Amino acid sequence: MRKLLFESLFRRPVTERAPSPDDAAVTELATAVAQAARRRLGRSLSIREVDAGSCNGCELEIHALSNAYYDVERFGIRFVASPRYADVLMVTGPVTKNMREALELTYDAVPNPKWVIAVGDCARDGGCFAGSYAVVGGVSEVVPVDLHIPGCPPTPTAMLKGLLALLERADAGATPT
Amino acid sequence: MPSLIDLMLEGQLVQRHSPWPRAVVDASVWNFAASELARGRWSLLGLWGEPSTVHMAIMDEQTSEIAVVSLDCFDRAYPSVSQHHPPALRLERAVHDLFGLVAEGSSDTRSWLDHNRWGVRFPLGDRIDALPQASPYFFLPAEGDGLHQIAVGPVHAGTIEPGHFRFTTSGETVVRLEPRLGYAHKGIERLMMDASLVRAAQLAGRVSGDSTVAYALAFSRAVEAALEVMVPDRAVWLRALLAELERLAHHLGDIGGICNDASFALMHAHCSVLREDVLRASNAAFGHRLMRDIILPGGVTRDLDKDGTEAIQAALDNIRLRFPALIELYDNTASLQDRTVDAGVLKPALAAQYAAGGYTGRASGRSFDARRALAYPPYESLRFDVPILAEGDVNARVWIRIREVEQTLYLIDQILTRLPEGPLSIQAGVYCEPREGMAIVEGFRGDVMVWLRVRDGKIERCHLRDPSWFQWPLVEAAIEGNIVADFPLCNRSFNCAYSGHDL
Ligand code: SF4
Repeated sequence: MRKLLFESLFRRPVTERAPSPDDAAVTELATAVAQAARRRLGRSLSIREVDAGSCNGCELEIHALSNAYYDVERFGIRFVASPRYADVLMVTGPVTKNMREALELTYDAVPNPKWVIAVGDCARDGGCFAGSYAVVGGVSEVVPVDLHIPGCPPTPTAMLKGLLALLERADAGATPT
Repeated sequence: MPSLIDLMLEGQLVQRHSPWPRAVVDASVWNFAASELARGRWSLLGLWGEPSTVHMAIMDEQTSEIAVVSLDCFDRAYPSVSQHHPPALRLERAVHDLFGLVAEGSSDTRSWLDHNRWGVRFPLGDRIDALPQASPYFFLPAEGDGLHQIAVGPVHAGTIEPGHFRFTTSGETVVRLEPRLGYAHKGIERLMMDASLVRAAQLAGRVSGDSTVAYALAFSRAVEAALEVMVPDRAVWLRALLAELERLAHHLGDIGGICNDASFALMHAHCSVLREDVLRASNAAFGHRLMRDIILPGGVTRDLDKDGTEAIQAALDNIRLRFPALIELYDNTASLQDRTVDAGVLKPALAAQYAAGGYTGRASGRSFDARRALAYPPYESLRFDVPILAEGDVNARVWIRIREVEQTLYLIDQILTRLPEGPLSIQAGVYCEPREGMAIVEGFRGDVMVWLRVRDGKIERCHLRDPSWFQWPLVEAAIEGNIVADFPLCNRSFNCAYSGHDL
């Protein structure tokens, strides 16, 4: 056991180079934040994740963002336990009717200024669950969405690209809504 | 003592229901079956509804015989099974919420999936307007000196699925835990109605994100049973490969996750890397990290080529190289063992009563594994052990996962060496008469059951039952007497599905 602990201290990290921001994501984001550019956020971003009724596939890939390959914390991006410390609300799922109120309350609890990222095909428009009696539809039906990261689920790389795009906009002086 | 076959003879056998029999019975036979479940002679596999019928799937664990009994609900009511056999309780509540059928004699008539937010009641039955006002949900009372309640969720501190937990505690000790689920209810069984086979398979693969292979496989096997389709050999073996890769990835993730909840992040870091290797190999081999939409009725949509095989082999070699040191680390870290040994104990009797599947059952002495007990192809010609422990604590659930990782590595080796050549899929026939099929497969978390009726190439009714239905109540039992702070650890060791349960 000591050996493993010891090795862990000296082994080179497995982290890979950061991907370049995705063009489509940048464009979508740029439109959203351009009007509200007021204040610089800095290279630090706290994310509160809310599962608004996903199948959990998106969550699995969000977890993967924290593994040693992607190591999202090196970009200054942290997942936090409460909406009250968050800059960004990351929402997955086709927002079920049973989760609608919880999502609204969580959104309200995030201090301004704030961004909302909708993750996954379900979060765009309900995905393959659209039209169900139990589903509201996309996240934007309930709270305003600044960025959508498509995929079922999006790969960790796709999510990193989206997040980096968000950060770069913030660094450039844009402010969320 | 009557066997399941005798029970079938008491009723009217339904034609074209495969591979196990279904019989329409009267209330006395229904009640008899419920009482035998209560005596522990048979296990409950599922209970689901149709607009004016309830069905119950039963298994004799001694012989692995399975049968479905159906009861017509005149007056929209049927005798409650849960009054004899508690594991049926939440299934009955769900049947009521979706169809409006009343389980007469049940001790709990509170709604379960329906939070009065849908705008409609009984969406798969009469579809009547919702109640004008949501009535409050009454949690069961726990009374005593100095007890207080802690409410948690549906939005949690971590990145996990939505559910509400109501703890009643005495100081730090949990006296009772009552969850309220249904937040992830998406109405999947309604969306399935009238869906084409392809669309329905897509939905099945999205019932629970971590079991996408298991669900797609169970669904496809049920369709194939109904339509008497013989899937080509290569597809059968590739399906097993997909299922084992899924098991491997999630077991590795869980082992790390449990250790992380016991504040031992190093294990988590190492296990997450191995898990990621498996996901990348799956992506290289099948074009999707979680292997979604690869299994369809009739076969599979992707072939495995040489590069894919090599990617899988490389991931396995790496696990073989690194995993033993991690097991040793787990086994030799006193601070970790201190948290997992004797924590969240699930008694074998309870696991047996609830017919708990997967590592939950196998860590509490229940040996059921659908791959072994039902020996569906190709597992009947593969060699593997089904590890069993009796302690039922968090530690035992970790060890079952560890042993299953080893067995899965061994299974994947066998599959890769023996993978037959040939076509990948076969077209399923279209029949205008109704045909019914059923399948049970072993997902990483336990047995996933699918029952369906196909007509004219479309799904008329499909019921998908997650193992979590029978595992959630066991979490509640296992947490009793532990401290609140150990809940995440205990809960994680069960790792029940929310979306899979809520549907
Ligand atoms: S987008 Fe796909 S993975 Fe994400 S919640 Fe929807 S079905 Fe699941």
